[in-house]
Amino acid sequence: MIQFDNVGKRYPGGYEALGRVSFHLAEAEMAFLTGHSGAGKTTLMKLIALIERASNGQVIVNGKNLSGIRRRGIPYFRRDIGIIFQNHQLLYDRTVFDNVSLPLVIAGHHHHEIARRVRAALDKVGLLGKEKLYPVTLSGGEQQRVGIARAVVHKPPLLLADEPTGNLDPELSQEIMALFRQFNQVGVAVLIASHDHALIARMGCRVLTLEQGALTIDSRARLTQ
Amino acid sequence: MSEQFKNRHRNRQQRINSSAHNHGDGHEAREQRARATSNNRVSAYLIRHLQVFFFSLGQLCKAPFSSLMTAAVIGIALALPAGFYLLLQNVQQMGGTLDDTAQISLFLQKGVSASGAEHLRTQIAAMPAVSTVDLISPDAALQEFQQYAGFNRALKLLNENPLPSVLVVHPSAAHSVPALVESLMVELSTMKEVDIARLDMQWIRRLNALLDISHRGVLILAILLAASVPLLVGNTIRLAIQSHHAEIVVNKLIGATDAFIRRPYLYSGMLYGLLGGSIAWLLISASFWLLSGPMQRLSLLYDSAFILQGLGFVSSLQLLLVAGLLGWLGSWLAVGRHLRAIEPS
Ligand SMILES: Nc1ncnc2c1ncn2[C@@H]1O[C@H](COP(=O)(O)OP(=O)(O)OP(=O)(O)O)[C@@H](O)[C@H]1O
Ligand SMILES: [Mg+2]
Repeated sequence: MIQFDNVGKRYPGGYEALGRVSFHLAEAEMAFLTGHSGAGKTTLMKLIALIERASNGQVIVNGKNLSGIRRRGIPYFRRDIGIIFQNHQLLYDRTVFDNVSLPLVIAGHHHHEIARRVRAALDKVGLLGKEKLYPVTLSGGEQQRVGIARAVVHKPPLLLADEPTGNLDPELSQEIMALFRQFNQVGVAVLIASHDHALIARMGCRVLTLEQGALTIDSRARLTQ
Repeated sequence: MSEQFKNRHRNRQQRINSSAHNHGDGHEAREQRARATSNNRVSAYLIRHLQVFFFSLGQLCKAPFSSLMTAAVIGIALALPAGFYLLLQNVQQMGGTLDDTAQISLFLQKGVSASGAEHLRTQIAAMPAVSTVDLISPDAALQEFQQYAGFNRALKLLNENPLPSVLVVHPSAAHSVPALVESLMVELSTMKEVDIARLDMQWIRRLNALLDISHRGVLILAILLAASVPLLVGNTIRLAIQSHHAEIVVNKLIGATDAFIRRPYLYSGMLYGLLGGSIAWLLISASFWLLSGPMQRLSLLYDSAFILQGLGFVSSLQLLLVAGLLGWLGSWLAVGRHLRAIEPS
């Protein structure tokens, strides 16, 4: 699903955020990306979602070599990825329903289909019945779940989450992680960037550790070696 | 080449026929389904556009005061040139009705008798360039003069009627062009019974020349003011884009194309234009309504059937169309420049 070959990223200022990173995330695989602050986790996520472009090396996502995707093709590429942000990135002047339906509206689905799928997604994250509310009236955990519903409503084969539990208490974090596990179990590849070592340990998934822009530990690689 | 094509076509037709035959009405059903899905797609597309339209309308209604302010400025910018243009057209029309009244007055020699004048009248009336000729006898002219206050006493001082017979020549419609009327006058003035030939057309020519200049002026004004509409709308849309920065970023992150993001802004631009156009329409209609009373009184004084023409149905439609297009254009320019600059980071 994701393949990095000697990928480097140097920001315009000259700072090298990533250097020679290589790994492979299989289809329907779930993994954590960890490392101290400034290690390059967010940068790696941005390369996958084409928010930034690699300075060198090759990134292949969902069978597509990202260097071959021009600006016009980016929207269509992103429709195959569900992205979840630490700060939710919800639209606060739209209802929960309108927020979650956005990817379907963008893809041009019929409104009957949209209503059905949005309800299914909200049901999955346990927010059915709150679709007419505005995000500000929801708790932090609920807002994050709206963000997750929006990321999965169009059934993308890959989910990216950058510190999805950053602002949540341990119990809520656990719930969110359980949700990700559920999606993974129905065949969605999941990559989660997180600081929370205790939480990562409890999940028992593959862990990729970044240190100053280099991939130093790959738990699965270590297990197989 | 074409034979080959026909053959291929025939083969295909046979295949289709046989398959339809084999599977009963399968082919027809498939076609119907295909038509249904394409209908669905079209209706989904239309519904999406309608949704965006009403969403944009809702956005405008959320801040009614500032929307109305913007629209009012657009309205004034459009009402000025459109109103001037309409006024010009009215003046031109008035000039047109005066053009028809171009007439040549022939003051006959004192010695021409009543029968001689009548004879000349029929002679001139037979000319192809002439439509009708009226004869005003000295007596009739005197009577007419006596109706004007002040003349009465002056005329009583005279022992005999000093007025000559006058022939009033109306050129035919085909000959009422200024140049032709003038050559007709020259021709008539050479007749020996004619003392003086008078043509009072100079002022119509001057009016026409002035109208030409005014037309140019209004055109320049219209272009300048119309150009201000896209700029105005563009600036409003630019502010709207800036205030929706976060929303645009989110949309881009979940795979919205530029066209999708652009759409509501284009609709708002068009709506601003249409709203401004409606305000311009109201302004023009109100102004003309205010002008129509005094204008009618003036036209009565000139014995003319002239009626001030307001915006007709077609012109109103044209005004709205142009307003909507200008708004759309302004928005399109702004969106093109500013949306590209917003990227997730
Ligand atoms: N747009 C940018 N321009 C220049 N440097 C940047 C940019 N974005 C990130 N960096 C630098 O790249 C390095 C890696 O940043 P990144 O955001 O990937 O770290 P991170 O692992 O996500 O950290 P955190 O855990 O704090 O979120 C940092 O040193 C940061 O200063
Ligand atoms: Mg980060």
